[in-house]
Order: sequence, then structure tokens, then C-alpha cells
Amino acid sequence: MNSIVQRLNRRMRYFLHRRERQRLLEEEMKFHIESAMADLKEQGMPEADARSAARRKFGNVSQKSEESRAAWISLWMHDAAQDACYALRTLKRDFGFAAFVILTIGLGIGASTTVFSVVRAVLLRPLPFAEPSRLVWIANTDVDDEGLSGQTVPVGHFLDLRSQNQSFSDVAAYSPFYRSGDNKLTGDGEPFRLTSVAVSDNFFSILGVKPLLGKTFTAADCQFKWNAPKVVLLSYGLWKHRFDSDRRVIGRPLKLNDTPVTIIGVMPPTFDFATVFAPASPVDLFLPYPLTEEANNRGNELAMLGRLKPGATLQSARAEMHVLGPRIQRREPDRNFRPIVSNLADHVSERLRPAVLVLAFAVSVVMLIVCANLSNLLLARMATRQKEMTIRASLGARRLRLIRQTLTESIVLSSCGATIGLVLAVVGTQAITHLTTLDIPLLAGVRVDFDALAFTAAIAILTGLIFGLIPALQVPVAALQDSLKSTGRGSSPNKSQAWIRSSLVVSEIAFACVLLAGSGLLIRSFARLLDAKIGFQPENATALRVDPSSRYSDRAQRIAYYNEVLGSVRAVPGIEAAGLTDVLPLGGDRTWAAMAKGRTYTKNHPPPWAFVRIASDGYLKAMGISLLEGRDFTERDGTPGKPVIIINETLARTLWPGQKAIGQVLVGAGYVDREVIGVVSDVRHLALEQASGCEMYLPIRQSNDYSAVDLVFRSALPSAELAVPLRSALTAIDPTLPANDFQPIQQMVDKAISPRRYVVFMLTGFSGFALVLAALGIYGVIQYSVTQRTQEIGIRMALGASAAGVQASILRQTLALAAVGMAVGLFASWGFSRTISSLLFNVAADDPMTFLGTIVILAAVAALAGYLPARRASRIDPIMALRVG
Amino acid sequence: MGKVKLKSDLMPGTLDMLVLRTLTRGHLHGYAIAQLIQQLSEDILQVEEGSLYPALQRLELNGWIEGEWGVSPNNRRARFYKLTPEGRKQLNAEKERYRQQTYAIARVMGTT
Repeated sequence: MNSIVQRLNRRMRYFLHRRERQRLLEEEMKFHIESAMADLKEQGMPEADARSAARRKFGNVSQKSEESRAAWISLWMHDAAQDACYALRTLKRDFGFAAFVILTIGLGIGASTTVFSVVRAVLLRPLPFAEPSRLVWIANTDVDDEGLSGQTVPVGHFLDLRSQNQSFSDVAAYSPFYRSGDNKLTGDGEPFRLTSVAVSDNFFSILGVKPLLGKTFTAADCQFKWNAPKVVLLSYGLWKHRFDSDRRVIGRPLKLNDTPVTIIGVMPPTFDFATVFAPASPVDLFLPYPLTEEANNRGNELAMLGRLKPGATLQSARAEMHVLGPRIQRREPDRNFRPIVSNLADHVSERLRPAVLVLAFAVSVVMLIVCANLSNLLLARMATRQKEMTIRASLGARRLRLIRQTLTESIVLSSCGATIGLVLAVVGTQAITHLTTLDIPLLAGVRVDFDALAFTAAIAILTGLIFGLIPALQVPVAALQDSLKSTGRGSSPNKSQAWIRSSLVVSEIAFACVLLAGSGLLIRSFARLLDAKIGFQPENATALRVDPSSRYSDRAQRIAYYNEVLGSVRAVPGIEAAGLTDVLPLGGDRTWAAMAKGRTYTKNHPPPWAFVRIASDGYLKAMGISLLEGRDFTERDGTPGKPVIIINETLARTLWPGQKAIGQVLVGAGYVDREVIGVVSDVRHLALEQASGCEMYLPIRQSNDYSAVDLVFRSALPSAELAVPLRSALTAIDPTLPANDFQPIQQMVDKAISPRRYVVFMLTGFSGFALVLAALGIYGVIQYSVTQRTQEIGIRMALGASAAGVQASILRQTLALAAVGMAVGLFASWGFSRTISSLLFNVAADDPMTFLGTIVILAAVAALAGYLPARRASRIDPIMALRVG
Repeated sequence: MGKVKLKSDLMPGTLDMLVLRTLTRGHLHGYAIAQLIQQLSEDILQVEEGSLYPALQRLELNGWIEGEWGVSPNNRRARFYKLTPEGRKQLNAEKERYRQQTYAIARVMGTT
């Protein structure tokens, strides 16, 4: 073994220094000829004769040097090329076989490379920032809820941490509480809705991102009155599409939400905030976040990231935060500060990791099935090529040479397949990156790059080796058989080969079983999720952003605006219900403490935190949220008027267990006591998979604490038909109202389930492919054994076995194989399903229905695959079979 | 007795064996190896001298001999080859193979 490595090593070295060696070899030969000439001259030969004699004796110099060089370089390459040509010729003869193999490998490699690109983009490739491994995510754990409010900090905590820590060279923040289309751009052209994110002044510098044009924010830019930033940065996309890539935009004034702002810079195309921090909602604008005392009063609004100082580690930073957090909190004891530090890349990919790993695992299993299947196919082909092999062996081909030949053939096959696979992967990755609605971080970076190419090449060779190895090792066995004499039929079946083929099929079935069970579990989860009681009815509901313009400066004016909007929208024919809200389901997750009046809460018995919705009358009906008790808001629930509130079942149960909630008084929502007037069903606000938690609805006419207003209406009419009358109804009220986003609620739900949908989709595709391959594998093996046993079957039938009996015995043989495969497979799936339990929803990892279904499907497919050969066997004419034998 | 042309008339691998054998006498350059084979075989074995060089490359690649540049007695740069321990092992294996072959051939020739 060692000598092989050494030889390879030497060969490499010779090859690398081939020029030099060539020169030295020539020098060596020249020395030889001249020495010979000198000797001849000494013996008295004249110089000219001596020279020609020496030359003659030496032979053809250039031919010899060619032969010498062959020793170190081209011999093996030459052989490989010869083998490849031979392989191509053989495959051309056997076109159907080649096409099938290449296509199978193509599909397998296409899937593998696509999944590899996803794995690489989501899990492996570093984040597109400077020294990304030093970047950390600093989450707060304010309350034990999963809302963003629990993970974020107020301005004060952020500033304290930034100035007091020893671990980070800098700490930056952004406010994750922004919504798609929060801002209205007016001025040149149509009014337009934009999405913006507010960031601290050092946000770009901590990431190491430089602006394409202009400059980024300064500390002074972050000092302004709430909601009145003076400067903005454009994203590359907005600059390109809205400003035609005009380099003179710097310094240009804009009207954002009716307030003048100045453009100070444009970010580069490589900086895609959304793809890292908030997938599926592209960001158009960056605003400074006010780092002021006023903003501090707004509560937890900032998500933080830090850059580790040289020398600091994740552990040391964690240790420091453990001490520093409580110390900072002492300034504001009500606002918990328990920072948790994690690697930024881990934070970003955390949610997706299990799903992506499952896909990677699934695709490797598919590749193994592909290999097993092709191995089997090649084995069968090998059997028919025994004669060829024997002839070549008897003509002097060595065993190793023949093995190499067959391996070259399989590698040629897999390389052809890889070419198809690559095309599929390019198509696949492009399809994935164009799924902008997909809620998966870093997906925009999925592409077939150099690494993916290298991966494809490696996997092509590896696949070729794996599936070619077993058939190739059969070479000597095949050659040793005296098959030249035999007519190809009637020679006794090769026991060990039959055994190998059966085990290959068993492993195929086992692998297919694992995939089927896994995707079965996920499909059932998906179905359960679609059936889940989400608490609202997305179909037929549509949202439209109708934020009051800043011209309405006081509450009375805004209420008048709302009344007008609701009145005129409800007057449009076909509208069944309409209402206003500040947060749509699956959107925001602001939480406030909610306390029952008269109860005391302490640190050890904290009040529950409830999601806050500001809504108008009609919202519940428009969104399809069912009112369980009490009444909806009315127009009279305003100021002056009694402060009221509607709560969900969970909050009612939490605050007043076993009591009637209607009529009780709730403290904390907007610092006034509110009487509970209604109880509604729980709405899945965070994610469809997550239970709702506590929720409360405040009347929009009694609150100022909202930053956006959505009109939600319900209508059976298609939105295209409603758009015109609705727009004209609204334009009459506010001509600057941008009407570019009618957002069907169903679409939002679809977006929320999109990652799961795609995982299920891909996994189902993989298992379907696996099932077809397994079926072909079974069919091949049974068919082969029937062919081998033609005579035996003929004899049996001549002796009185019925056609049905023969059929049954072959089906039994098939099902026995399938049963062994399933037994192994079920055992493996049992382990596998545990690892995917985090992806399951309302389905147990050992869900009996799924496993039963897997068994039934596999058994049915196996029976079908065995039935065709069995039928053929039962039609064997005993006389013919015996005569031929 | 006619002359036997090496490479074309001998069994494959014989030249390699002969080269290894001559190198047991010490470090030699290509020309000296050719001369020595010819002399030792009493001029029966005529090495087509150029064929020596592919053989030398092959042997060196296999790690059986090692080439090294040095200076010839007539003061010229020449490549000297020496046997490595592996080469010595290989030579013994070849010798054994050769012994069996000649024995087998002799048997066949003797019985007819």
C-alpha cells in the first residue's frame, strides 16, 4: 500500500517537473552515445563511422525518450483515455441502458447539488460581512415569552451595554419592529409604500459594510424627536428602481410620511439586510434610530449585535454579560436585562438548521439508493458481458486492468449523469432564489458556484466508484467461469452474485422505507397544520394599509378619518365586513403586562404578558375571529367613554380562572383600568405552529399607541373586482393614499407555511424517486432470477405445478425480500424520526398511521414489481424451457 | 550461436531483471550498464541500448533504483544508478520467478 502511495507521489513529482526531467534524460542519452563513440574511436574507427555506429546501436533516440517519458506520465493517462473511449463505445451500443443510468444519476446528482447549494448558503458560507465569525447576537430574555419584545432591549440598556462592556469592540442595534410598507413616499410620481428599518449609527460599521455612495449615519443623526428622522439611506434596489441609479441623489430631499428627509447615502448591492435578518420582506430604506431618552420610554425595541474584541471569546463575553446585565438593570429595575450571547451565524440559521439537515440527509439516502440500484443493474449487465471479459482476460488483460476498465465505465456514466445533474441544479437553485416569498434566511445566496461544481465532480466520481465497485469486483469471478464454452444460458447461477443482488435490493427497500416514513411524518404534520385551529379565517379576507396622514394631528381628526374610511368601504357593494387593526396576524409581536385589578403581582408572581392589538369595531368579523362571549367594539367606544377591552380565551383563563371574565377590570393596558367587554377565540399570531398565548384588543378610538393602521375587509368577490370601487372610495378621503398593496390574508398564511411546504415538497419528491428506484431494483432482481430459473420452473410445471402456484411462489420470494428490507428500514426510520421530531407538528415521532402507511405502500410497490416477472414465469412453456435446456 | 536482441526477443521483464542484477555491482551509469550486460553475456545479449532508458525510468518510478548525477571517469556529467533495498527484494523475487520459468521451459523442452 505504502509503495503505491510512494509511486503515485513520485509520478506526481515527475509529472510536475517533466520539462526538467526531459532535458536531463536527453543529456543522459547524449552522454551514452558519446561514450560509445569514444570507445569505438579508441578501437580505431574513424570519427564519422563511430558516430553512426553508436547511433545505430542506441536505436531511435526520440522513440526511446518517448517510451521513457511514458513510464512517468502518460501510460496511465493513456490507459484511462483508452478506457473512457472504450466505455463510450460500449455505452453507445447499449443506448437504452446508458440512457437509463445517466438519467437516474442525473436526477440524483441534480438533487444533491441543489441541496448542497442550499446547505452551503444557509449553514456553511460565512455571513456576507467583515470577519463574520467575530459577530455575535445579543438577545435579551426579558420575559418568558417568545415574542420579540422578550428578546429586545430599551435604548437605555443598549447605550449602557455599549459603553460599559469589555468584551466587544462595538455593539450595534436595529429595531425589528418594522412592518412591510410602513412608510409612505410622496413627492415625485405616484405615492409609494416603502419598508424601512431603523438602525443605530454604528450598525453598518460593525458589519463592515461601506456605502456605495455618500456616507452612513453619524451619532448626531441618531438624535431627533421620535418619528422625525432627518436623513435616510437607500437600499441598492430602491436606488436602482425608483431613482434610476442616479448618482446625484445624495443630498436630495424626499417626503417620507409627509415629513422632509434627505438622502445621505446608497448601500451596495451586496448588502441585503432582509436576507440575513428578516427573510421574505425586502427592506428599501434605512433610517437612524433615535438613541434618546424619549425613545427609551418606548420599551424594548432594539435587537443587538456585537463584535468580539480581539482576544475575547464567546465564553468570556457570556461570562461578562452574566455580571454586567443585572448591573445595568439596576438603573431600571422593571426592565429585565439578561443578555444571552450567541454566534450571529448560528442565530440566523438556527431555525432552519434541522430542516436543511434533514434535506441533506434525505438526499444522501437518495444517492445511496441510486448507487444500489445502478450497482444491481451493472451486475446484471456484467453477467451478460462475461464472455467479453473472459476473451479479454485470455488475450492477456490483467485482472486489475479489467477492474479499472469497468470502473472507468461507471465513472464515465456518472460523469455524463453529473452533466445533466448540473443543469438540473442550476435550474433548481434559480427556482429557489426566485422564491422571494420564502421565509428562509440567506436563500438569496443559493447558487451553483465553484464549490458546488467541485462538489458535483467529487460526487460524480464517488458515485461512479461506489456503484461500479461491486460489479467490477465480479470481474475475476466472471472471467474464471468457463463461460466461453457455455452458451450463456444454463450455466449454474452464481450463488454469491445472487446474494449480493438481493442484499442490494434489501438495502434499497430499507432506504426507501426511511425516506417514506420521514416524509410521511412531515406530510401528516403539514396536513395537521393546515387543519390547525388558527383562530381566524384567512380566505376572503384582504388587508390594505390606510395609515392616517400626518395632517391629522390629533385623535379627534384621526377618528373622523377612520369613521369615514370604514363608512365608505362598508358602502362598497360586496363588502361583508370591514375593520381596522394595527397588527395583522403572523406579523407583530408587541407584548404588554396584563393584570387583574385588585391582585398584587411580585417578582416571583409576575403578571402575564399579552400581545397587544389595537382594533376597531368590525375587525373581528372581517378577520373571522369568533366572539365567544360579550360584544364587539362599537363606534361609541371612544373618548369620552368608558375604557374597554376585549381579551382572548387564554388571557381570560389566566387572569380569572373559573370566573366569568366579562365585566372584570384589567389594569396595565395603556395605564388605565379597562373593563372586559368581550372574549374571543385564540389567534395564532406568532406562527401557525405556536399556540397563541395571551392576547388583548384595545379600541382604536381609545389609544394613540400604534404606528400603523390596516384596513381589513371580507368579501367573496375577487379583489381585482373590488380594487377600483375601493380605491375610488378611499381617494375621496385621502388623495395621497398609496393603494399599491392589497394584501390577501391567505397569502400571508401561505408565506408563513412556505418553508415547511418546500421541505415537504422536496422530501416527497425524494421519496417518490426512491420508491420508483426501489421498485425497479426489485423488478430487476426478480426478473433476473426468473430468467436464471427458466429450466427449473419448466420442470416444475411439467411435473404438475400450476401457473398460479408458480406465480405465488415468485411473489412470495419478492415479498420476502421486501419484508427483510422493511424490517431493517422501519428500525432505521424509528431512529431517524426522532431526529426530525423538532420539525413535526401535532404528530408523534412514532405515529402508527405513518408507519403503517409506509409498510402498505412499500408492500404494494414490491408486489407490483414482483408481479410482472411472476406472470411471465407462469407463462413459461415447459416444453420449450426443457427443450432449450 | 546467433545474437539475442534484448527487448524484442526476450521475455518481458527480463531486461529489468538484468539491469537490477548488474547494479548489484555498484553505482553505474546507463552506458556502463549496457556494456556490462553485453560483456557478462559474452556478447550474446545485445542490448538495443536505447531501450535501457525506458527501463531505467520504470525501475526508478517503482522505487527499485535511484539515479543520482555524478562525474564519469572521463570527467563528464553522468547519471549513476544504485539499487535500493526494495530493488534488492525485487531482484530476488525476479530471480525466483526466472528460476521457475527456466525450469518449466527446460522440462517442456526436455520431454519432447
